[in-house]
Amino acid sequence: MKTSQTGTSQAGAGYSKAAAAIDRARREGRAALIGYLPAGFPDVQTTIDAGIAMARNGMDLIEIGIPYSDPVMDGRVIQDATVEALNNGFTVSQVFDVVEGITRETDAAVLVMTYWNPVMRLGVREFAGRLAAAGGAGLITPDLIPDEAAEWLEASEEFGLDRVFLVAPSTSPERMQRTVAASRGFVYAVSVMGVTGARTSVGAAARAVVDAAHAAGAERACVGLGVSTAGQVAEIAAYADGVIVGTALVAALRDGGVPAVAALTKELSTGTGKKSA
Amino acid sequence: MTDTTHQDKQAGQDDAGSNPADAFLGHDETLRHAPGPYFGAYGGRWMPESLIAALDELQETFEKAKADPEFTAQVADLNRNYAGRPSLLTEAKRFAEHAGGARIFLKREDLNHTGSHKINNVLGQALLAKRMGKTRVIAETGAGQHGVASATAAALLGLECVVYMGAEDCRRQALNVARMQLLGAEVVPVTNGSQTLKDAINDALRDWVANVDTTHYLLGTAAGAHPFPAMVRYFHEVIGEESREQILEQAGRLPDAVVACVGGGSNAIGIFHGFLDDRSVQLYGFEAGGDGVESGRHAATITLGRPGVLHGARSYLMQDEDGQTMESHSISAGLDYPGVGPEHAYLSDIGRAHYEPITDAEAMEAFQLLCRTEGIIPAIETAHALAGAMKVGRRLTADLAPGEVPSDRIIVVSLSGRGDKDVATAAEYFDLLPDDSAEQEIAQEGEQL
Ligand SMILES: Cc1ncc(COP(=O)(O)O)c(C=O)c1O
Repeated sequence: MKTSQTGTSQAGAGYSKAAAAIDRARREGRAALIGYLPAGFPDVQTTIDAGIAMARNGMDLIEIGIPYSDPVMDGRVIQDATVEALNNGFTVSQVFDVVEGITRETDAAVLVMTYWNPVMRLGVREFAGRLAAAGGAGLITPDLIPDEAAEWLEASEEFGLDRVFLVAPSTSPERMQRTVAASRGFVYAVSVMGVTGARTSVGAAARAVVDAAHAAGAERACVGLGVSTAGQVAEIAAYADGVIVGTALVAALRDGGVPAVAALTKELSTGTGKKSA
Repeated sequence: MTDTTHQDKQAGQDDAGSNPADAFLGHDETLRHAPGPYFGAYGGRWMPESLIAALDELQETFEKAKADPEFTAQVADLNRNYAGRPSLLTEAKRFAEHAGGARIFLKREDLNHTGSHKINNVLGQALLAKRMGKTRVIAETGAGQHGVASATAAALLGLECVVYMGAEDCRRQALNVARMQLLGAEVVPVTNGSQTLKDAINDALRDWVANVDTTHYLLGTAAGAHPFPAMVRYFHEVIGEESREQILEQAGRLPDAVVACVGGGSNAIGIFHGFLDDRSVQLYGFEAGGDGVESGRHAATITLGRPGVLHGARSYLMQDEDGQTMESHSISAGLDYPGVGPEHAYLSDIGRAHYEPITDAEAMEAFQLLCRTEGIIPAIETAHALAGAMKVGRRLTADLAPGEVPSDRIIVVSLSGRGDKDVATAAEYFDLLPDDSAEQEIAQEGEQL
């Protein structure tokens, strides 16, 4: 059940749903937990149900991916899930149904993670308007860098949406400054040089990226790529403002349906830890 | 579902003869050596942040190398003493009879080492990889031409080479896989997505993100993120420069038209570049029309696509109304790509170059004609340029002024590659193989001998 109102009515200039969700966790002395699932895998209603289950079991923010024909930043598990979603007839406008279905029932901030061409095809401003109307927090953009984002910067300001750009171990100090400045909500620190997929250890590089982001002025930096266990969540929660889990949740949904997603979320949330106040 | 029109196209496309580019640019403004990242509204870097540092490093290395006489001398030496440049310009007199009687000159990239223009680009990029201290190159390939060229350059320069190739293409092109392996490369069958060339590029990009410290991505065409389009063009500019010099020497004047086939657009941009500022020279790019553009089974990206981003650049793109990339179709694997280089998108919009589709059937007719009239077996990719040359020749000779004869019209064709690889496809197409012969079995699988 929704316990507080975080709809567009409160979205005044500068209000960020993603930041508010991370800050809420911070006030509880822990890192935020962020979970990813692709829309339409295996169907739209399941994505909504799984999103609600994540929110009710400890997920602070939810990322809904748009299945795309050419997902260059994704590993095999997510590729297979998005191919299945597309084969099952997923269309881009259904992502707004998913966002609305989750935000209607929960307090979680819901971001859409998308490669850029589907947004361009619909029209950046049109996309932003429909996302805001559905109650979405903003976009995570794995193949859009601030250098190419003029249209999105404008539309996200107009509709009060979060802009989550990625930073990586290879990001230069100068680009770090620019990317942090262009972001709104949080910056997404890529933990390793690679694509999505569960890894047995999250590289030491992750901490350096988060430190560099903070040093460049980021108030919130969240780590993603390769995180799959509560132990890894705990490790990252010690220095980052949020921890992002994708592949492990997709595999759980694939193998055990919504109950498995709920159980994994609960398990992962034990890792967000109480940071000593 | 399919976009069969696009409104973004600007006027001037059919205005052959005038120079619509002049309406956009001053008459003496140069179009040559466009540095990127943008070509009008196209190009750029629509890429994951993880790869931006590598693109920056590549750009910087490339800029320095271009200005370094030692590098340019190295490229020139390999071009002359390894690839066999300059390639010939051959007048095709008997073929010309089928092109309205216009004079046709063939720029013989088929005579280069490895049999196509692809060698120009791989030698240049492999040298850059060495300069960056990289020990490994990766490449994508469709039928295997760029993969074979990459494996060749890697063997020559002592680099490790991994080639990504759609699983279906690996099966159909088993002999090209063997060629790459003979040259010491590892071939990785790609089973993701539609298992075609675009998915091979996706997997190469995934490899690159994970191994960027040691690895250079040797992209095979003038597409992708900056600096690839401008850099790949640079290594192919030699095609146009030689052609211009040779046609002036052999015909005593500039041609009326220059034509090339367009997959990603590397051979076309290479030959166009030599003539870009010669506004009297019409430039034509011929895309794969497959079963016909109305069939939906084609690769006519500029003709029917609409702007979008794929593999790092904004350009024309075959996409559905959701922005999902559509599958392309062509009898020629080298043209079977749903994107196109951004500089072509720009040249099309400003009307400097014209792009038209050629169907599989038109291409195969031209293929056979060149074999029989000139004793040259072209690549099926190249056959699209030849079919286009026949059309352009007929058009150019249709409106002669009094006193003019058809042979007053001159066309230079980029003969981008030889057809040895396509013999089985052609033999099957023309029904030349005896029933139940081993060759027919192979050809039905699409094998290229
Ligand atoms: C002989 C030949 N011509 C043309 C092409 C198309 O590529 P591009 O448009 O980059 O020249 C290929 C690609 O494999 C080829 O092998």
